[in-house]
Amino acid sequence: MSEQVTGAQSLIRALECAGAENVFGIPGGAILPAYDPLFDSVKLRHILVRHEQGAGHAAQGYAAATGKVGVCMATSGPGATNLVTPIADAHMDSVPLVAVTGQVPSAAIGTDAFQEADIRGITMPITKHNFLVTDAGDIARTIAQAFYIASTGRPGPVLVDVAKDAMQKQTTFEWPTELSLPGYRPVTRPHAKQVREAARLMLEARRPVLYVGGGVIRARAAKELRVLAEMTGIPVVTTLMARGAFPDSHSQHLGMPGMHGTVSAVAGLQRSDLLISLGARFDDRVTGNLDSFAPGAKVIHADIDPAEIGKNRPVDVPIVGDCREVIADLIVALRAEADLGHQGDYEGWVAFLAGVKQKYPLGYDQPEDGSLAPQYVIERLGQISGPDSIYVAGVGQHQMWAAQFIPYENPNTWINSGGLGTMGFSVPAAMGAKVGRPDTTVWSVDGDGCFQMTNQELATCAIEGIPIKVAVINNESLGMVRQWQTLFYNQRYSNTDLQRREQVRIPDFVKLAEAYGCVGLACERPEDVDATINKAMDINDVPVVVDFRVHRDAMVWPMVAAGTSNDDIKFARDMAPAFEDDDL
Amino acid sequence: MSRHTISVLVENKPGVLARIAGLFSRRGYNIDSLAVGPTENPEVSRMTIVVNVADSPLEQVTKQLNKLVEVIKIVELDAPASVTRELLLVKVKADAQSRGQVLETVQLFRAKVVDVATDAVTIEVTGGAEKLEAFLRVLGPFGVRELVQSGMVAIGRGGRSITDRTLRPVPVPVPARVTPVPPVTPKIPL
Repeated sequence: MSEQVTGAQSLIRALECAGAENVFGIPGGAILPAYDPLFDSVKLRHILVRHEQGAGHAAQGYAAATGKVGVCMATSGPGATNLVTPIADAHMDSVPLVAVTGQVPSAAIGTDAFQEADIRGITMPITKHNFLVTDAGDIARTIAQAFYIASTGRPGPVLVDVAKDAMQKQTTFEWPTELSLPGYRPVTRPHAKQVREAARLMLEARRPVLYVGGGVIRARAAKELRVLAEMTGIPVVTTLMARGAFPDSHSQHLGMPGMHGTVSAVAGLQRSDLLISLGARFDDRVTGNLDSFAPGAKVIHADIDPAEIGKNRPVDVPIVGDCREVIADLIVALRAEADLGHQGDYEGWVAFLAGVKQKYPLGYDQPEDGSLAPQYVIERLGQISGPDSIYVAGVGQHQMWAAQFIPYENPNTWINSGGLGTMGFSVPAAMGAKVGRPDTTVWSVDGDGCFQMTNQELATCAIEGIPIKVAVINNESLGMVRQWQTLFYNQRYSNTDLQRREQVRIPDFVKLAEAYGCVGLACERPEDVDATINKAMDINDVPVVVDFRVHRDAMVWPMVAAGTSNDDIKFARDMAPAFEDDDL
Repeated sequence: MSRHTISVLVENKPGVLARIAGLFSRRGYNIDSLAVGPTENPEVSRMTIVVNVADSPLEQVTKQLNKLVEVIKIVELDAPASVTRELLLVKVKADAQSRGQVLETVQLFRAKVVDVATDAVTIEVTGGAEKLEAFLRVLGPFGVRELVQSGMVAIGRGGRSITDRTLRPVPVPVPARVTPVPPVTPKIPL
């Protein structure tokens, strides 16, 4: 199958052949040749965003919601550099992403030409791989490689920078049937010996915990995880990236560990004698001070990326492999042991953690002045919209509350910027998620600070018919920073006040929503929350923005202060849990 | 901390050196010496990198290097089981009076004079790091005018080759699935 085409036609054909369905982007000088054949494509839907950062986050949201590769497109120079943040975000959170950028004509590369930026050089540290294509004949094969690299092994972003003249020249289109990537051979099958050793440790342990990370979501291993957890009875914690990998309603679930994790999840890790880490990477926000993290625990560390294993914490049993295959093999190994009558005894441990979970549930105080508690809004949102909806958060207090108070039952229903912590992620990512899962209710749970970074994509949503719902948790401040100022900077609120000037809200989010062709709602009393959410739920033809005007002094608890030990967790200000050691 | 010599086989493509150098700097490791050149296979280049790190960070360096798509293979070369060489070109003051002594030193070290001027000679010498150090120590008193040194290159002893089967083509199947897109009717709001 080969025919004469331009490089640009080859690019679009290649994207179609790679299985792309949606492209988020903005045209410009250097990428213009590609937009001409894109105009005619019936297989690719291009969604014209308002800022390239939005294109990148939308592609991330699309990928996270569907498991497919997200595609974004931008022109050279500023178009490409505007993609840097989403690319870095996708790199940290292992999101399969292909970014296609135009580049100045190959003869002009290196001359500081108009809108020239060395985006390949710029994105080297934040991509899984990247390419610069200057020959029309290389375009199709490079796109095939990009999709293959982005979606296999540990998923990640791949950037393909295409020189304008390569798109304009004639070439023959040929979709490759095989690729030669001699240095790229991700290991997905775990080593049988390591799996047997892991199973042995699991049987010997008395206080094991399944420490579940985002890898379980990316590997589509939620079902297998549930089988493993239920057959062993081992308690489970799901990290910020893994919310939804294991049902929150499950009795074995201790909740989210980490800086704002539940007391039971943090205690579970700290007191454990065996961490079974599945697709997690011992991030500092989970471990707190590393030296005092889970001091008595042996570690089984399973990850598809060998470089994650032992990076932060020494490991007893390393397992390189795809989480789904690792878990499946563990199940087989443990079944074989069970047939021989070998089973773990975790009874005392499970009872201890059940006690902690009961004694220290997640909670919050209602403001005394009758104003709206942000946690209440998010809790009600989760209950009314339910576990089949997709929730996409920005970064900050609202993100933590959304991770804590929305009940997640299914994988790929919680999308957020975990590793990079990108404010402004939510609205465009929700847009992408809605494009990928049009029949699912998609809520952007955003803060007023985050919302103002990327809310221009509401225009895209309105015009392209992408009816997302946005809950702005509006505390008129950069809430998480303000919380740290409250706790660690003597309540000196330096530059965290966002909104008011002489009692006027700037901007008025309701009017802003309306200006963007969305429905704007506002809510500031607890008694109106349910009705407002229900009203938003009933609007499905256009995007809805709800301005939840909440109490600004609410804080995220529990909290392990940065750099301190998980043992110093506070479940409220100056309140540390008292574990009864005798119970263990 | 200890010195480790690693041989890295990479695809001979533009930008590979930048990727590797960038990785070392952003992960906070210092390169003591680096040498790059072609191999018997024109599609493969070989880098010899000397790093000064403890064992556990070295493992991390190796793993991170292995993640680079264009890195094909990494082998750590143990000093006793490998041959290491550096090349040194040095311009030494040598007038009629001192030239004899300089040339004697050249002979002792089995070095070679590659250029002569009235007041200086340029000497080429290869060897391991210790030999080159010793050579420079002896030459020092004559007056070193200019010096350039290559990175270390290293190769394992014995008959085995680390480049065997490097590029064995294991074709990667490309999913040529083309899913039809449901028709989209953009809604005009309000």
